[in-house]
Amino acid sequence: MKRYTAQIALIVALAVSLGISCASDSIDAYYLDIALNVGINIILAVSLNLVNGHTGQFSLGHAAFMAVGAYGASIFTLEASQKLIPLLGGPGTFATGTAFFIALVIGGLCAAICGWLVGMPSLRLRGDYLAIVTLGFNEIVRVILQNTSGDGPFGGPLGLKGIPSHTTFFWVFAFAAVCVYVVASMVNSTYGRGFLAVRDDEVAAGSMGINTVRYKVTAFVTGSFFAGLAGGLYAHLRTTISPAGFDFLKSFDVVVIVILGGMGSTAGVIAAAILLTVLNEFLRDFEQYRMIVFSLLLIIMMIVRPQGLLPSLPFFTRKKSA
Amino acid sequence: MEQFLQQLLNGLFQGSIYALIALGYTMVYGVLRFINFAHGDVFMLGAFTAYGLHKLLAGTLAAMPWPVSLIIILVASMALCAALGIVIELLAYRPLRNRPRLNVLITAIGVSLFIEYTGQLAFGATQRPFPELIPPIQVVSAGGLSVSMTHVIVLGTTLLLLFGLRMIVMKTKMGLAMRALSLNPTASTLMGVNNSVVISFTFGLGSALAAAGGILYASLYPSIEPFMGIQPGLKAFVAAVLGGIGNIPGAALGGLIIGITETLVKGYGQSIGIPSGYSEGVAFVILILILVFKPSGLLGKVEREKV
Amino acid sequence: MKIRHFALPALAAAFALTGCKKSGSDASTINIGEVAAMTGNTATFGQSSHNGTQMAIDEANAAGGLLGKQLKLITEDDQSKQGEAGIVAKKLISRSKVSALLGEVASGRSLEMAPIAQAAGVPMISPASTNPKVTEAGDHVFRVCFIDPFQGTVMAKFALSKGWKKVAILTDSKQDYSVGLTEFFKKYYSANGGTITGEQSYGSGDKDFKAQLTAIKAGAPDAIFASGYYNEVALVAKQARELGITAPLLGGDGWDSASLIEVGGKAMEGCYYSNHFSNEDQSPAIQEFVKKYEAKHGAKPDAMAALGYDSAKILLDAIKRAGSVEGKALRDAIAATKDYPGITGKITLDENRNANKPAVILMVKDGKVVYTETIAP
Repeated sequence: MKRYTAQIALIVALAVSLGISCASDSIDAYYLDIALNVGINIILAVSLNLVNGHTGQFSLGHAAFMAVGAYGASIFTLEASQKLIPLLGGPGTFATGTAFFIALVIGGLCAAICGWLVGMPSLRLRGDYLAIVTLGFNEIVRVILQNTSGDGPFGGPLGLKGIPSHTTFFWVFAFAAVCVYVVASMVNSTYGRGFLAVRDDEVAAGSMGINTVRYKVTAFVTGSFFAGLAGGLYAHLRTTISPAGFDFLKSFDVVVIVILGGMGSTAGVIAAAILLTVLNEFLRDFEQYRMIVFSLLLIIMMIVRPQGLLPSLPFFTRKKSA
Repeated sequence: MEQFLQQLLNGLFQGSIYALIALGYTMVYGVLRFINFAHGDVFMLGAFTAYGLHKLLAGTLAAMPWPVSLIIILVASMALCAALGIVIELLAYRPLRNRPRLNVLITAIGVSLFIEYTGQLAFGATQRPFPELIPPIQVVSAGGLSVSMTHVIVLGTTLLLLFGLRMIVMKTKMGLAMRALSLNPTASTLMGVNNSVVISFTFGLGSALAAAGGILYASLYPSIEPFMGIQPGLKAFVAAVLGGIGNIPGAALGGLIIGITETLVKGYGQSIGIPSGYSEGVAFVILILILVFKPSGLLGKVEREKV
Repeated sequence: MKIRHFALPALAAAFALTGCKKSGSDASTINIGEVAAMTGNTATFGQSSHNGTQMAIDEANAAGGLLGKQLKLITEDDQSKQGEAGIVAKKLISRSKVSALLGEVASGRSLEMAPIAQAAGVPMISPASTNPKVTEAGDHVFRVCFIDPFQGTVMAKFALSKGWKKVAILTDSKQDYSVGLTEFFKKYYSANGGTITGEQSYGSGDKDFKAQLTAIKAGAPDAIFASGYYNEVALVAKQARELGITAPLLGGDGWDSASLIEVGGKAMEGCYYSNHFSNEDQSPAIQEFVKKYEAKHGAKPDAMAALGYDSAKILLDAIKRAGSVEGKALRDAIAATKDYPGITGKITLDENRNANKPAVILMVKDGKVVYTETIAP
């Protein structure tokens, strides 16, 4: 029984999400919105944590994968869903739900392909260079989306509007649970030790026979897939998306969550995601001071407690030798 | 043809701004081995400092010829920002002296965000018109080409600072210490170099350059706002990488290449079907290309990672 | 690993419990929500429209309120950012239980709010969004200004009337407002004998336009249609003059800000733009509004302030006519607005819930904005 704790926990989480979702009409719309945002941020943070925290590859371009997923899922919903639903047995919860699921997965796959494309050249780059390249990639994606034709499927700078609001509590938290399960399982397995090895010392890992290339790319691809999923969920929640919303400031938001939560600690990152999303909303009146406080927090944390809120391994306290 | 020449000139001037900012980046990276994300924000602070100084001293400055008032404001802002840079280093980077580079990078991002948002709080997010420190005299207006005095000063100052920086690094004792520190920090301590002093000096110098860049940029595009440093900062970083990070002439070269390429894409892109909006992505495409094909940059040395 | 997996559903449950509380509505005030960009790079628009709106509400409260209750204006700042307008609109609707939404000025952000207001059955009036798609979101969405098909046409008509047969176009490709305006200008202008010598674009936030302007100069246009916002247009004008381009610039209501002349200076002389309102109009109602606004805010009102004022006044007038703030009744009352004497002209809301009004053409002369002519629909 003990061997299957993780799987049982996953099923319980899915069931609870479904239950709460059915009762969501009695939940205040504003609070529901916050909860859904929390869920989406959890997916973003945990998936980024796989790349930044567990594999030690500092990526600053997560919002780009989110954008790809958002656009991929939305375009599918707007263009193809209508034709798909009759094939699934006509309109109804099952058909719409399945079409939405397919849209999300397609968004995730598009993002994963982008992750692969970014992962390939990133092989030989060190920490700071990789950060800038991913930042650059983020900007390139934004620029490309911005310059598409306004009447075409991508909507140009106006973006897409009128995306049906399919995102519900169930979808968000079901995918969040799946994401946490996948990432945690990956990292805690024998195969997953490879990620940590790459993070700790790439050259040593390579000498030990670990295919660092494969691990890095796997991390990127998995991380991007879930970021794409989060993007699709985000799109169907906001109902309008535009390229400007996925700039590097959005990437920074996710990076801040991962850092505060502790790079490499899934639980810490989840806690940070919840904390920061909720804090964001309640501090809306003090918006002016929010980012100042967060950036100060970031600096202080790096100096005083670089491991984050709930650290897993004593990585950040190790000193670099001369 | 004349349009092409004008576009080249446009690119040259645009590039010299990037070069100026890139100088600071490359110098700090060369000595300290980390990307100072906050460089673009010191650039912004330089522009705002000049704005504030100009407001404060408007009366006294009006009585002087413009080159004098320009130099006064330039030097004063550079000095103030140098001091600020040293303070930032002391508070945010020094405690992390022996930590992995990633931590310092994250802290740099934190400092950058902090300066930007505090700036927004203090100055408001709307743009302010930057005072005209250089009168709009046209230096050349022949045959459809136009070059203004501001352009000449930007180019001139960039070359001057480039030359000056090279002199400092190559010919002075402090420069020697900087080079020693960049080769091997522990060994340089053994050789009698006071690392802390050298690092503070490097930061101060880099910040002064950023401030100069900010003032000249604001003279060319006279509207300043707290987030003005992000885009030029990023592109200047690409310029530094393009030229070989740590290499001073390389930064200048990188800046020019990016400036010219961007301008040509903006100007001619339309005719080959690329909307000029794509010029924003040009710098980043160049970045990816150079990092894939020649990561050490055009003029840089290949660094072997030793274990 | 065990704890992690239970954390998620536990937190979810906690959320559900806190969410079940619903706040009751305040019975003594009528809540009106406003979404405006009070900070960020289009803050002058948001602040102006907010000033106008607040003034209208204060006037109504001083006169005893409506339906026996005082009016409360709840303003939320969307920081000029994409994505924020939708969130605060939701917040206003569900937390503050507003009876109507006023906002936004920028078309892109109104487009975010509109479906939310429509879905919640809350009437929304945009003071100044000119992109036609805004009111297409549903029958609860209105606007008190003209739309871009009209505005673009106005400038095209004006250009042709001045004998400018060749025009170059400079669009801000990042702003839906600019893209839309250019499209309609082009359509009318080309169809009525004008030649477009070249089309260039930039993105908001750009500072250097020399490349685009050099390309435009090569086409030797009589005028340049710059459909973007004031922040960039001011710089465009300066750089155009530096390059030796003497052709006047033409634009839309996105130019309307004191910052335009502050930053653009002499380069803006002789340029024209279409707008909703001119504070030089000598009619007594407008002059009274200008005086009141100036007394309160120390500066003359711009078009955004006037439109903010009108949007609030029309809402209040509709509340009076409907006799209630119930969603559908209020919506119908707003839709029935006919010939309302607004500061920005006589306002009638047509079947697409857009306002049919004339536009004024303003010119920059001697460092000031002066009224030139009015073009009726």
